[in-house]
Amino acid sequence: MTQYLIRRLLIAIPSLLGISVILFTVLALAPGDPFEELATNPAIPPDVRAHLRASLGMDDPVHIRYFAWLSSMLRGEWGYSFVSRIPVDQLILQRLPTTVAVIGTSQILALCIALPVGVYAATRPYSVFDQVANTLAFVGFSLPTFFTGLLLILLFSIHLGWLPFVFRSDIEATGWRWWWEMFKQSIMPIMVLGLFQGAAWTRYVRSAVLDVIRLDHVTTARSKGLPERRITIRHVVRNAMIPVVTLVALQMPAVFGGAIVTEQIFRVPGIGSLLISAILANDTPVIMGVTFVFACLVIFFNLVADILYGWLDPRISYR
Amino acid sequence: MSDDDLRQMIGRVQRGTLSRRGFVRRMAAVGLTAPMATQLLAIAGVASPASAQSVPNYGPARRGGGGALKILYWQAATLLNPHFGSGTTNADASRVFYEPLAGWASDGTLHPILAAEIPSVENRGLAEDGRSVTWKLRRDAKWHDGQQFSADDVVFNWEFAKNPAVAAVTSGSYRDVNVVKVDDFTVRVEFNQPTPFWADAFVAAIGQIIPKHLFKDYAGANARDAPNNLRPVGTSAYKFVSFAPGDNLRAELNPNYYLDNRPYFDTLEIKGGGDAVSAARAVLQTADFDYAWNMQVEDAILKRLEEAGRGKVNIVDGGAIEFVQLNTTDPNREVDGERSSIKTEHPAFRDPAVREAMALLIDRNALEQHIYGRGGPATANFLNNPPRFVSPNMRWEFNIQKANEILDRAGWARGRDNIRAKGDVRLKFVFQTSVNAPRQRTQAVYKQAAQRAGIDLELKSVNGSVFFSSDVGNPDTYVKLYADMQMYTTTMPQADPERFMNQYVSWECSAKANNWQGRNIVRYRNDEYDTLYRQAQGELDPIKRAAMFIRMNDLVVSSNHIIPLVKRPTVSASLNNLHHVLSAWDGTTWLLRDWWRQT
Repeated sequence: MTQYLIRRLLIAIPSLLGISVILFTVLALAPGDPFEELATNPAIPPDVRAHLRASLGMDDPVHIRYFAWLSSMLRGEWGYSFVSRIPVDQLILQRLPTTVAVIGTSQILALCIALPVGVYAATRPYSVFDQVANTLAFVGFSLPTFFTGLLLILLFSIHLGWLPFVFRSDIEATGWRWWWEMFKQSIMPIMVLGLFQGAAWTRYVRSAVLDVIRLDHVTTARSKGLPERRITIRHVVRNAMIPVVTLVALQMPAVFGGAIVTEQIFRVPGIGSLLISAILANDTPVIMGVTFVFACLVIFFNLVADILYGWLDPRISYR
Repeated sequence: MSDDDLRQMIGRVQRGTLSRRGFVRRMAAVGLTAPMATQLLAIAGVASPASAQSVPNYGPARRGGGGALKILYWQAATLLNPHFGSGTTNADASRVFYEPLAGWASDGTLHPILAAEIPSVENRGLAEDGRSVTWKLRRDAKWHDGQQFSADDVVFNWEFAKNPAVAAVTSGSYRDVNVVKVDDFTVRVEFNQPTPFWADAFVAAIGQIIPKHLFKDYAGANARDAPNNLRPVGTSAYKFVSFAPGDNLRAELNPNYYLDNRPYFDTLEIKGGGDAVSAARAVLQTADFDYAWNMQVEDAILKRLEEAGRGKVNIVDGGAIEFVQLNTTDPNREVDGERSSIKTEHPAFRDPAVREAMALLIDRNALEQHIYGRGGPATANFLNNPPRFVSPNMRWEFNIQKANEILDRAGWARGRDNIRAKGDVRLKFVFQTSVNAPRQRTQAVYKQAAQRAGIDLELKSVNGSVFFSSDVGNPDTYVKLYADMQMYTTTMPQADPERFMNQYVSWECSAKANNWQGRNIVRYRNDEYDTLYRQAQGELDPIKRAAMFIRMNDLVVSSNHIIPLVKRPTVSASLNNLHHVLSAWDGTTWLLRDWWRQT
């Protein structure tokens, strides 16, 4: 097991290097620069812009810039944002709590919907419950989040006036009032993301459980006279969870990466909105920082998923 | 009315035989607006009672008690140092804390802020030879940390901004002047040559003064690392509370502000991010916010949101203009490794008849009514503001038949594919602009009309972050103009056209030699224009100078290399009970200390 872990971690190094090279090259090839706004302003002489570019090392060849970035990254320095001159790690940390709270809660919500609904629907296939759940799941994951987000805003903020649609990271209240305000402003983005994700996962859980429920060992368990509840939980769900775990584990980095569209609609100051504004401003250090962390998390959670398989299915061994 | 009549009349006001009001009325009779008339008086050295006229009255009779003021920007501020922040959003955010010596009111007059008075000839602030301006500073202004504001701070800002190692975006306004401390509360700005437009350094967004005592250790290459770049300590009516770059900015009332009864609001919040339409909703429909900046939203939507009756749309006329450029050079021939080189001539646009026809083929009325609404009144001029610089001579017309006649007469005959040609030159043009819904619709309107005149427009739209970038390696940037014609908006950041009109002087031609950083993108060259511009730079007589700029506008517009389409005033949304002070020549937050709420 330890050997397996070490080997997987060693394999991760070249993949991360490869990812960073590709990311950096693509960013370097992308047109535009962070000082675009200076260009249309006649009050700013063009050579100031040229000087700024030079001072940020943007006129150096790509490979030199890459190695400069890599060596400082290895020393734990993430670099500074071109536009705000704040260390990238600090920028990311500033956004992390909101992102984890909003996106994390929405993923938990999605799981809380998908697991019971999916399992229950699969144990009674083609029943009324199954039909309804299926239809809703299809509707749920066919509607894009920007659409449901706007619908919710129109309904709850504009027609009913119950919920605010501008997310504020600094609510001036304490105790219960703070929690209440926070709840009010988070509920819509959480719902939008949670229901979308939950709908997709419900379909997976249902089909995974359906696959297992027809297997011989379930029939054996039934013929032994075990109670239905116990069969479902011990013999069906546990085995059906393997593909679901992969899906959920691969979704976990998204908790960190944020949800670009939803964050933009509700003005949630999360990592997704940091990434998109950095991309629009050509702020290379921030883009590199966020995407690189994201890549690390994808690799890490892949490993976690593989290890979870072993726990769910003891037949899987690590060599 | 001739120069002489005007001068005589100004003389009568000076001697007191004609009242100011009478003067303004007479000027209005000949078509000059009131702001222009008062400006003429001010420039001619007739004292104005108080520049307070140009700023609305302030109501509240005590400081504070106004609760929270909440402002929404759909772009977020990232940096709070006025010398580094690129873009309006950052300049506006730092303006909450920092103040310049004076700001521009909406009528194009100066309003004193940290200056005790606006320099003029009669208060001996302006030198008669136009070579210096002396600013008297307020003695009662203090930094938020209690330190005294003085002339040392002003001089420090000049040294800071002009230092190339600092790489300040404001450096253009400071590096060619000399600043001298006269005494603790007086500074003199000296110019190398007579300078009619003296109100640049230390004025408006560029003029925000940062404290010497906090930045003196960061006045070199380490300037961008100064901790106060994110924690401003200024002189304004609101003090810093917290700042999350790219998200939220908070401030609170400054109890020691030097003006009585100001500010009105106890706290201030500027939230950034999101999109313009929902920002408009948050003000006009749900009233969650008091004010939303830059409403780049279709006018029909704004009108519908206004029907909720909670807020209104504010339109402030400035100098920004959406216009079309017809390339003077050939974008398809490469000379010395560059296309659109000034060594070439555009094969079709070198014929004035083709350019005239092109100008007749765009229906500005349709643009105003169906695309831009209140956010884009049609115009025939390139230079549209302040009123004293507006040419009365230009007219626009939409007339396909006339365009056809002109082209027929000039010998451009229709071919079998209905496209006109003469020799081997066909009237088939690449028309580029940035990706932006109203621009694509304008392109389509233009193409349709051109087709009926036998001209084929090939429409091309480039992503804004590419089109407006300074990337030398990219062929699609607007500065390269590797197309026959293009369209975009150019802005006018000051209430003076000198910087604005350098877009057509020959030495500013965008070319490979200057890395395409010249401001004359259409590569327009005209000796008369060059001479006029040089004269205007040193002309101290304001009336003559205004006439020169009007002539320059007429030259470039009647050449039809420049086809003005619509003016782009700034559009914002605010609640009905909010009293704000907006200006076309200064940032949104330029006079935040005078904002209040009617209760």
